[in-house]
Amino acid sequence: MSPDTAVAEALHVAVLNGGSSLEREVSLASGSRVTTALESRGHRVTRLDVDAGLITHLDDLDVDVAFLALHGSTGEDGTIQSLLDLVGIPHTGPNGLSSALAWDKPVAQGLHRRAGLVVADHVVLSQAAFRDLGAAAAVTRVGDLLGFPLVVKPAAGGSSLGLTIVADQAHLPPAIMGAFSYNDRVLIEQFVVGAEVAVTVVDGQTLPPVEITPRDGQYDFAARYTPGATEFHAPSRLSDAANAAAEDAARRACEALGAHHIARVDMILAGGETPTILEVNTGPGLTATSLVPLAAQAAGLSFADLCHRLVELALRRAGRDESRV
Amino acid sequence: MRLDTDPYLQHYADRVGGLSASAIRALFAVASRPEIVSFAGGMPDTSALDFDAVTEVVASVLADDGPTALQYGIGQGRPELRERLIDVMAHEGVPGHPDDLVVTVGGQQGLELTAKCFVNPGDIVLAEGPTYVGGLGALTSHRADVRHVPMDADGMQVEVLADRLDELARDGRRPKFVYTIPNHQNPAGVSLSIPRRHRLVELAEQHDLVILEDNPYGLIDFAGETRVSLRELAPERVVYVSTMSKTFAPGVRTGWIAAPAPIRDKLVLLREAADLCPAHFTQMVVERWLETQPWQAQIERFRATYQHRAEVMLEALGAHMPPDVTWNAPGGGLFVWVSVGDGIDTADLLAKAVQHRVAYVPGDGFYADGSGHGHLRLNFSYPPPERIREGIERLATLITDERELARAVYGDRVPAAGDLDGGRPSGSDATTSRSRATGRPDMPPVVAREASS
Repeated sequence: MSPDTAVAEALHVAVLNGGSSLEREVSLASGSRVTTALESRGHRVTRLDVDAGLITHLDDLDVDVAFLALHGSTGEDGTIQSLLDLVGIPHTGPNGLSSALAWDKPVAQGLHRRAGLVVADHVVLSQAAFRDLGAAAAVTRVGDLLGFPLVVKPAAGGSSLGLTIVADQAHLPPAIMGAFSYNDRVLIEQFVVGAEVAVTVVDGQTLPPVEITPRDGQYDFAARYTPGATEFHAPSRLSDAANAAAEDAARRACEALGAHHIARVDMILAGGETPTILEVNTGPGLTATSLVPLAAQAAGLSFADLCHRLVELALRRAGRDESRV
Repeated sequence: MRLDTDPYLQHYADRVGGLSASAIRALFAVASRPEIVSFAGGMPDTSALDFDAVTEVVASVLADDGPTALQYGIGQGRPELRERLIDVMAHEGVPGHPDDLVVTVGGQQGLELTAKCFVNPGDIVLAEGPTYVGGLGALTSHRADVRHVPMDADGMQVEVLADRLDELARDGRRPKFVYTIPNHQNPAGVSLSIPRRHRLVELAEQHDLVILEDNPYGLIDFAGETRVSLRELAPERVVYVSTMSKTFAPGVRTGWIAAPAPIRDKLVLLREAADLCPAHFTQMVVERWLETQPWQAQIERFRATYQHRAEVMLEALGAHMPPDVTWNAPGGGLFVWVSVGDGIDTADLLAKAVQHRVAYVPGDGFYADGSGHGHLRLNFSYPPPERIREGIERLATLITDERELARAVYGDRVPAAGDLDGGRPSGSDATTSRSRATGRPDMPPVVAREASS
């Protein structure tokens, strides 16, 4: 059966969502929408809340493809991708290695810089640096080096969980403590002023850049998941040249990580300047307020068509056995 | 093009503006997973019910009075049920007449209706600090300006209340009411002393105040002790709210308000606008449970179960927690209130806790003013004893480790517990975030840890 004809038929798709990740609730919201979308395209969908019985379940169900609507650790860090490769179940989204690279924000930022992209100047500090190497004595240097305000965030994870914008030295240690609740390392970045823009890349093609304007100023958890809390424009209200630069940077950022099929690249666009890459999300949110569905809407691509396309790509990769590429 | 994720935004009422998604609520979604020991909920142990008896009651309601049970009822609630609820109140020594009562959908509806009845946007309501998160929700949904009165081992510090009332009076203001949970307070686990009850009522007279007395836990006293109610001391000043959730089952959603007649009439009209009447079927189930079953014995069974679980929790806390973590030794109710000491923000720590498979409610949820970051609430009524031991051990390991990490990160400047209140900027106001810190004295540990071991 050739991969391209396979998708004309109704498939049995397992939509994987939930799990024990801190973004469980967001993932359940994504999974619900994806399920409805794929069913509307005639597929048979089994929605699974991932747990320790997952692989047995998948074996029993004999699914054609797994749609990853998982966010957060194990779903986005390469763990489940590698496991599905092992058991021979095609999955949506980038492969295990690319997922792992993107998940590790300091590593991804390093790769982006090597690829000639602009990233915010940053410092990475681990819990071990504080516990074993006395990093507390060097914390004031972070502000000296990068200047305030600073963005403090866990080195991995999404939904702005654990992220704090710090205005001065006094607020830096509590912000580091807060980020450590989510990860063993913190990424402390220079705060880059400009428009926040997210560019979705599907199979090498960009969707219109989505400009994010939170009504309360910061694109935090509440601004992400409260309908109406953020104003979106796609393409962004910046110049055509700026939008083109954003799309180009997004493609290159995905390429630097080998992130194929789908990824969302978050960046800051300052007028007339090169975009600054914030991060690449290989398991982007698919909720009603998420950026990828908004970008698809702006491109005139229905959410169901987008989901169907990702399933097609998963089968195409499986057909070519490029899962380890 | 502009993309709207909520095209109704321009249509909402002002009070809806503050309702938004929350990271903490998202973390609780993970806490409900079976592999996590959750001390976060406030759930009674419904498995301690006699289910043969419950089944018999439900079946008999349907068999004997099915068409009536499945019919609409009246807004005030069934008179027959109100008579039985008077028995429940009498069991605790609280006086009442069936005519005084309005049956509600759990105690929560009683709190919400009372808020709706009294609070205009910006009105001041004085409440214990910390206080019940659902009470705060009811108040803030009507845009009350909630101000806290600190507590100690004897409950609300009524002399501080007296000062606050005087200050307000000097500004020509008066709170709409004082909200109190006098017995085994949620979350602090303490009870208002008898002299303070008298003083509170005296202040209410002096300042012409209404008191909202929220009493879900009065009958869940481990020693079987009951305390004089504010309603008994000042029936004309008190709106009394109680519930069958802790003495029978929360799933029947049956609570009630006892209020002076003019207030009661308003509450009935407000409730009819909200939901016409309480569910007739569950009213009849509760009514028959109280008529035909040994409900007092069931309460004893809950008490004994919770007392044992509280002892298990206190023993585990004593065995595992690092030295400067303190907590109260509750004499009833469902909760232990823990002070984690310096340098730890319990709201931040929750994410790590969930990853270590234990959950609690961070203290700041029990304050309207951003304080409480040095505290957390633990529920002992729901997890079985072996899970309690397991969960406390995980939590203690976590707090011990977090304490070490705080020392490593802060160096010799570990912030005191109260300094983290309102601490880290959570919105765009990074530069002004500290202004939320009030410097208000946080609730001191109610009972030193030694007292609990």
